[in-house]
Amino acid sequence: MTTHLDISHISIEFPTPKGPFKALDNVSLKIKKGEFVSLIGHSGCGKSTVLNIVAGLYDATEGGILLDGREVKGPGPERAVVFQNHSLLPWLTSYQNVELAVKQVFRKTKSKKEMHDWIMHNLELVHMTHAADKRPDEISGGMKQRVGIARALAMEPSVLLMDEPFGALDALTRAHLQDSLMEIQKDLNNTVIMITHDVDEAVLLSDRIVMMTNGPAATVGEILHVDLERPRERLALANDPRYVDYRTQVLTFLYEKQRKVEPIQATAKSKTVAASAKVANA
Amino acid sequence: MISNITMASLKDKISAFSVKGILLPVFGILVFILLWQVGASRVHTSLGEFPGPVVVYEQWNSLVAEHQNERVKAEKFYVRQEERIAERQAKDPSYAGIIRDYTGKPTFFDQIFTSLYTVLAGFGLASLIAIPLGILIGLNRSVYSALNPVIQVFKPVSPLAWLPLVTMVVSASYVSDDPMFSKSFLTSMFTVTLCCMWPTLINTAVGVAAVEKDLLNVSKVLRLGWVTHVIKIVIPSAIPLMFTGLRLSLGIAWMVLIAAEMLAQNPGLGKFVWDEFQNGSSNSLGRIMVAVLMIGFIGYLLDRVMLAFQRFASWDKTQVLR
Repeated sequence: MTTHLDISHISIEFPTPKGPFKALDNVSLKIKKGEFVSLIGHSGCGKSTVLNIVAGLYDATEGGILLDGREVKGPGPERAVVFQNHSLLPWLTSYQNVELAVKQVFRKTKSKKEMHDWIMHNLELVHMTHAADKRPDEISGGMKQRVGIARALAMEPSVLLMDEPFGALDALTRAHLQDSLMEIQKDLNNTVIMITHDVDEAVLLSDRIVMMTNGPAATVGEILHVDLERPRERLALANDPRYVDYRTQVLTFLYEKQRKVEPIQATAKSKTVAASAKVANA
Repeated sequence: MISNITMASLKDKISAFSVKGILLPVFGILVFILLWQVGASRVHTSLGEFPGPVVVYEQWNSLVAEHQNERVKAEKFYVRQEERIAERQAKDPSYAGIIRDYTGKPTFFDQIFTSLYTVLAGFGLASLIAIPLGILIGLNRSVYSALNPVIQVFKPVSPLAWLPLVTMVVSASYVSDDPMFSKSFLTSMFTVTLCCMWPTLINTAVGVAAVEKDLLNVSKVLRLGWVTHVIKIVIPSAIPLMFTGLRLSLGIAWMVLIAAEMLAQNPGLGKFVWDEFQNGSSNSLGRIMVAVLMIGFIGYLLDRVMLAFQRFASWDKTQVLR
């Protein structure tokens, strides 16, 4: 299969009072159509920066983004983003939030009726039709994130960008939404880039896991192909040796090869102990 | 059983509410009136004792009576005119007749309405200028940098300083044989506008500039046009601060108006106070005190009305507004 999204040798520098700070150095990644790629790394390693560059919210200092062979500049709905904290407009209902996106993208191509059906269809995908007329402050965190996903899906993006979409949710809600996402992904087969710091989430959802080195000047460290057949079942996988092996590989990368050096000695020590204990368990 | 419990807790709530919501305020007011009566009787001026609550109550009654008398007079005036016209028409059917307006002296209550009308006009004009300008300033840092010094300099200027300038400009530029508005009204209104627009302007600008970054990113990803961006994202975000500004502005407008009316001789409450002061009868201080209380009460009502508007316009109904 050919490359759908080509992240080509991107570097970015941010100006600081002490001179330019190089956050990313020569990050390259080719993604095929329908592929689900996770970016994982310690916080501060610049994985969100990669996503923001792909989204067009930041401009790379060097390199660029090619979508189907054409360079993309600036943000646009064909690279829809699911933000970490849902970012729904609090004064609009779920329906209106999705509507804002649909009107913007399909104003010229769909009739009013078609747009309405399309909004309802996307709310249906995330099982949120029952709360279509509720405002964000009237629904739970998980439900808000569902609406956020519906809004992004409704733009019919070529690439769906998810910035730690379930990071702010409790473990049960997160598992629920991961299952929902897999279900949707089975039907729509979107190209997805997801940022996560959750190893299980990465292995469960991804076709490939891109592990990033620590910043400054972070780049792609290792890439892991996850060859588990779909549909994936979290309970069945928990004891699957291949799953455990993938998990261990990611953990090894994060906690041995790219151990985060903490500025405070004590926390670094306790974290390392905890990490190695986790690896041993796995 | 359950209904018994809820009834009991409801009763508790009601009694707690009536203690805090009714009994305590009433107690506070009674203590104030007592202190006022005692204190007032010790202050002597060339126009007699400082008016206590009893005197003020008497003067209030007399103002109400004057108003009613004036209305009766006006009524009679119009009836007389109609009778006279009817008489002339009986003799000469071609006679059309003109009804002339009653030109009696405005009563205290007429003056209240003049004041309200003037303050709302001035505040409305100020809002029409300040909200769009505030949005513009909030959206664009360059516009903000350019206008900020000007705003900061004009913001603290007293209405009394503006008034002579406004008066002269209005007299020079509003020349008409059949004026729709009196000059005193325009002078007062413009002075109110100049003094009260700043809080709305500044708060709107701050509200617009403080739109959450995530929401701005949403707008960018959706490639919203400028107008949609402002209507769907910027204005709703800024509404809480915008209303804070509007309420501050309306409060300032009402305060400024009284001073402006005194000097511009706009026939409102300010002129009432001034005329009573110049009049200097033994009733004057009591009547001024009635006006003082009325000014305070109307100011309070205006703020409540604005609060009601804020509740209506605010998307976050759970927000505690006071």
